[in-house]
Amino acid sequence: MAIRAQLFITCLADQFFPGVLQRMVGLLERLGVQVAFPEEQTCCGQPFFNSGYQTQARDLARKWLEVFGRTDGFIVSPSGSCVDMVRHHYPRLFPPGTPEHHLAEDTAARTFEFTQFLVHELKATDVGARFPHKVTYHASCHLLRGLGVREEPKALLRKVQGLELVPLSTEETCCGFGGVFSVIYPEVSQAMMEAKVKSIEAAGAEVVVACDAGCLMNIAGGLRKVNSPIKAMHLIDVLTADRGTR
Amino acid sequence: MSQASVPIDFRTNAQHVPPKMPGAVQKATARFLGGRAALVELLGEELWQQLRQAGHDLRLHAITHLDHYLVQAEQAVTKAGGQVHWARDAGEANRLVLEIARQHDVKKVVKSKSMATEEIGLNHALEAANIQVIETDLGEYIVQLVGVGPAHIVVPAFHLSKEEIADLFHKKLGVDAPSEAEGLTQIARTKLREEFLAAEMGISGGNFLVAETGTVVMVTNEGNGRMCTTVPPIHIAVVGIDKVVPDWESLTVLLKLLARSATGQKLSCYTSFISGPPRSQAETGPREFHLILVDNGRSRILQTPECRETLLCIRCGACLNICPVYNSVGGYAYGWPISGPTGAMLAPQILGTKVAGALPFASTLCGACNDICPVKIPITEILLHLRRRVVEGDAIEAAVAPSLLRAGAQAGSVVLQRPWLYQLGSKLLTWFQAPLKSDGWISKLPPPLNRWTMVRPLPAFAFDFRAWWRTHRRGGTR
Repeated sequence: MAIRAQLFITCLADQFFPGVLQRMVGLLERLGVQVAFPEEQTCCGQPFFNSGYQTQARDLARKWLEVFGRTDGFIVSPSGSCVDMVRHHYPRLFPPGTPEHHLAEDTAARTFEFTQFLVHELKATDVGARFPHKVTYHASCHLLRGLGVREEPKALLRKVQGLELVPLSTEETCCGFGGVFSVIYPEVSQAMMEAKVKSIEAAGAEVVVACDAGCLMNIAGGLRKVNSPIKAMHLIDVLTADRGTR
Repeated sequence: MSQASVPIDFRTNAQHVPPKMPGAVQKATARFLGGRAALVELLGEELWQQLRQAGHDLRLHAITHLDHYLVQAEQAVTKAGGQVHWARDAGEANRLVLEIARQHDVKKVVKSKSMATEEIGLNHALEAANIQVIETDLGEYIVQLVGVGPAHIVVPAFHLSKEEIADLFHKKLGVDAPSEAEGLTQIARTKLREEFLAAEMGISGGNFLVAETGTVVMVTNEGNGRMCTTVPPIHIAVVGIDKVVPDWESLTVLLKLLARSATGQKLSCYTSFISGPPRSQAETGPREFHLILVDNGRSRILQTPECRETLLCIRCGACLNICPVYNSVGGYAYGWPISGPTGAMLAPQILGTKVAGALPFASTLCGACNDICPVKIPITEILLHLRRRVVEGDAIEAAVAPSLLRAGAQAGSVVLQRPWLYQLGSKLLTWFQAPLKSDGWISKLPPPLNRWTMVRPLPAFAFDFRAWWRTHRRGGTR
């Protein structure tokens, strides 16, 4: 029986990175996954949860559970922070004794970030991609510290033909996005973003890869602001670069 | 003034950080982090993690049994001939110190570094009572000469260069000061020696209070702490009630964690154990020992289970060193002597969210602090709870966030709970953005969204995956 995956596209990717989502579908299907897309999904509630609006976060989490609760198989998302929200915060938003608790636990257990899903569930690190460029990797905070995903994205990158992975001195340092933080304290966010951009430039890479829409918006914007030739790309775009149009 | 009462404006403070500050801060924090990492590697990651867990567990045990251990400590100190005083808040703690000073007609006080006395604003209280107070930790001495508080909880003046300090000494002490560390230290040493000998009272903090023997433990690197607590005839230790640990076995675990996390040392140069005044004629030292146990909001912190672990903090400063926000702004932006992630967590609970409600938001929630904390405080979880307190209110405080923001959040949630409305809104955004968009980017948005675009452009709203998916599902795309 084919492996089934429900796309959890996240509101940010839905708004800003539809191309990544299309290529994610293409890649998963090529790997033999039967992809479904619950169209009723909107936002997992993370922005509300992280800014203290727990009531609103809980309402959105309930909606998310209603949409994904009636699906089966894996739930796969191209964003570490959204998966962290579902996996770790949902079961606490709906503690034991609440009607949603079991559903929250059930969906949390089958929700995976894209690289987790590829490396651990599909056991696929070589997806046959070719990308002859110097690439460096930025570890998104919630992917790294929330989900404990440190090596998976780099393992996938290392298997890409022609790709040279160069180290980033600030790999595990936050880029300054931080959701609402970026608009509450824009000046501090800017200082952090600029430090990140400088270190990316110092790494000597042509491309910086990340696995979260928030970091990508921030870093790509920062690179564009200084007219840098360096591109910020989602990992999925690198894994599909040479075959995206086939 | 004993404690801040004006709202802390982190954004404005951050905008006024001197341009040289971040670079100086980053240089120093990198050094501490490097030292720490080397020692952790030496111990081995596994043993280090075991130590952290042990540190967490025994600190949690201590603060959940505060009533027991504090009474035990009080009995032990009293038995050893010391006097124990309880201070409900900052004002009470300061009054107790002043009372003891008045009884002995004290005119000059020497102090060793103490975050508890910074927290309660003791220096202001002493100065207001015309008592001269001299900080004797070199860093504290320097920032006191500048007329400010500490920029870091462990290394208060680490952001100042040798040149700046030489200039300061020249201006404030009227001496020709060389721009090199040894010469500067020698100047401070000579000045401070006079103060140690002239002071009628020494005030210290305490890194730990060992309940079984009533011992105040002081971890220092300069020897000034020993001078403050042995030379003047009166010694007052001002210690937060959260500092109590059950016994010496617990203490050894915490000492292992503290110096490594703070300064990248296996052990600090001096670890002092103070168990009351001299017990016989043969022993020397201050004839009076007072221990002031300060609550100042700590027992209230215990009332909120989600925040309780705030009190595990051993003030090592590792979370400051690793924090990218702290490294971008330095300590003063936090508007309170205890800065960085631990300050952002502690200040709103001690000062209240009306005063310090901005601080829990001064974090990207990146979680680096959680991972480095030697006693495993879930700092970002606590910051999240405090954000909830600010926005929604809880059993401790009512909400303080502006109602307009809350209405905005509610409106956002209403839209996002309705897929059709979300999709319609998303579609509309792709239309409305047209005049703002160029080359796939939006470089200027109206307020309040200009807070994003003032820093970097925003990728244009695209929102066409759903349309693509419908075609794809029908076999239209491959």
